[in-house]
Amino acid sequence: MENIRLAFQGIWGHKMRSFLTMLGIIIGIASIITIVSTIKGTNEQIKQNLIGSGSNVVTVQLYQDSYTYDLSYNPPPEGVKVIEESTREVLEGLDGVEQVSFFTKREWSENVSAGSNSFSGGVFGVDRVYLELMDYQITYGRTFGDADFENCRKVVILDKTAAATLFPGVYPVGKTIEIKSEAFTVVGVVDKGASFAPTINSMEDYYMYADTSGGSIFMPGPTWPVVYRFDEPQAVVVRANSTDDMTRAGKSVADYLTANQISSNGSKVAAEDGEETEEAEVSGGSSFSYRSEDLLEQAQQLQEMSNSTNQQLIWIASISLLVGGIGVMNIMLVSVTERTSEIGLKKALGARKHRIRIQFLTEAAVLTSLGGIVGVVLGILLAELISRTNGIPVAISATAILISVIFSTVIGVVFGLLPAVKAANLNPIEALRRD
Amino acid sequence: MSMILQLDHVYKNYSRGKTEVPVLKDICLEVEKGEYLAIMGPSGSGKTTLMNLIGCLDVPTEGKYILDGKQIGSLDDNALADIRNQYIGFVFQNFYLLPKMTALDNVALPLLYAGVSQKERRERAAEALKAVGLEERAGFYPNQLSGGQCQRVAIARAMVGNPQLLLADEPTGALDTASGNQIMEIFRELSGKGMTIIMITHEPSIAACANKTYHILDGQLITTGKEAAADEEG
Ligand SMILES: Nc1ncnc2c1ncn2[C@@H]1O[C@H](COP(=O)(O)OP(=O)(O)OP(=O)(O)O)[C@@H](O)[C@H]1O
Ligand SMILES: [Mg+2]
Repeated sequence: MENIRLAFQGIWGHKMRSFLTMLGIIIGIASIITIVSTIKGTNEQIKQNLIGSGSNVVTVQLYQDSYTYDLSYNPPPEGVKVIEESTREVLEGLDGVEQVSFFTKREWSENVSAGSNSFSGGVFGVDRVYLELMDYQITYGRTFGDADFENCRKVVILDKTAAATLFPGVYPVGKTIEIKSEAFTVVGVVDKGASFAPTINSMEDYYMYADTSGGSIFMPGPTWPVVYRFDEPQAVVVRANSTDDMTRAGKSVADYLTANQISSNGSKVAAEDGEETEEAEVSGGSSFSYRSEDLLEQAQQLQEMSNSTNQQLIWIASISLLVGGIGVMNIMLVSVTERTSEIGLKKALGARKHRIRIQFLTEAAVLTSLGGIVGVVLGILLAELISRTNGIPVAISATAILISVIFSTVIGVVFGLLPAVKAANLNPIEALRRD
Repeated sequence: MSMILQLDHVYKNYSRGKTEVPVLKDICLEVEKGEYLAIMGPSGSGKTTLMNLIGCLDVPTEGKYILDGKQIGSLDDNALADIRNQYIGFVFQNFYLLPKMTALDNVALPLLYAGVSQKERRERAAEALKAVGLEERAGFYPNQLSGGQCQRVAIARAMVGNPQLLLADEPTGALDTASGNQIMEIFRELSGKGMTIIMITHEPSIAACANKTYHILDGQLITTGKEAAADEEG
């Protein structure tokens, strides 16, 4: 404690010199805090934009080559079976999978209207668990009941956007809408739970969520063939056990479906050999497969990209810390020389080596941790400034701040060590002789 | 009376480049508790070097140095520091007070190294300052004190830990006669209380205050006794 007081006294006694010495540390720590805050902010935004937060849901869709197979414009894919209800249990037994739901969809629907209002968002044929799994909550009316599925009732549930488009200013439950000239009764209106809502910050984000932001209409899966086709293979929504399981769960469901739902009608031989299980040949020579549209993976890729560029920046900032540390060592050596007679006197009066060492180490550490603290404050201000002017999100990390301050103290101890040892080992006679 | 220190055929060499330069040659000296000695000699004769040895700031190249029954030659840095703290009070020609500390804090410094509590340090330092007549200057910084006052603070610092041995290297060298006499008065009092004092000086009048005077010439202790000093003067 006494040493810390003395150290402050010493630093205060040479304000200008101490400040200049700290400058390297200040700049280093400030840039690291700025970079880390920006990385963290960007990463959090990427993750939020792509996967919402806490939903743990992955969509597995049918792909032809590397594009999703859109059933709006294409015939039913040859050799791809409709997923049976019995498959559900198998999929839910896969590693990391909590629940699955099957659905069919038209991403850009046509001929959907209520009176003079038309709708061009998504239309979904869903199973009994879909709405719950996707975290839709009933705001008006009711959800689908068993009878709706068993009797293929022509009922629909609208999401908030669809309800607003088709029935502006009107209570929609009980009203009728037309899908391809078939009349459907609206039985409920749903809204996404707050935790699921993605953040839309840019046009890219907008396109990414175009299907949901255009509104959605849901009907019981068995009713689907009334307006669309019978034999459409479904897409699958997979809810993983945890966010970290998302990639694995999505992959295993996709792999299972590719292996078991797609049969080859072109080259039977290959299929029997046990090869060609991943992708089945169809008559056109193109191959189908199920793939997980893994948002987490995409998010991680984007994050890795931003991380790697920023890691280089951190290296550069670290060099400035190193230079700062050397500056501290230099000034401490000067300080030892200046205070030779003080050290000599203290030793003559009976100060042990350890005490002298601690005194100089404390001074170096106080100097650098002060620099660290100033650096942190400056870094936070800079990060805020960047987020204000460039719109880059910033997340100040408490850990980063703590680590920075500790790290700058460590720099002081490390680079103060040589001067401190030098001071402690001074011969008191030599030290007193010089004046 | 019992012996406080004993130098037995002590040599001290300094290496200048490759050659060893002998500074102290075959010094034999015995000092009893409560003695008050002066050491005189021309510049460069080795007085300070001898003082450093006696003060455990340095160890002999050859020969034995026994302080209060302890052999000093084989001790390491930290052990020497402890011995200095416990046994020896130093007074230097140019005071060596720490400029950023008050007189009181300067005086209390050796007690800090002895592990005395802060409260006791302040009390004992104040007492020591009172003994040299500076109790009113306790809060002053060295640059606010006169040379003589600084030296009295230094003496207070030297005696605050109740050391058995007071070593003074030209304590009046930087002072005028009046201040010098004040210092000698304090030394006389300390000696009267039984403290062993060894003092280096150039001035015969100062040396005359001691009970005994040794002369050192070219690294050798040549004459002892008050009479010898008187002879030289004449
Ligand atoms: N560290 C050292 N290295 C080499 N030579 C030294 C060292 N210290 C002292 N000497 C030499 O030892 C000799 C005695 O020095 P010392 O300081 O003991 O003299 P002194 O009697 O105290 O002189 P003064 O009256 O001027 O203070 C000198 O010749 C000096 O050059
Ligand atoms: Mg000398």
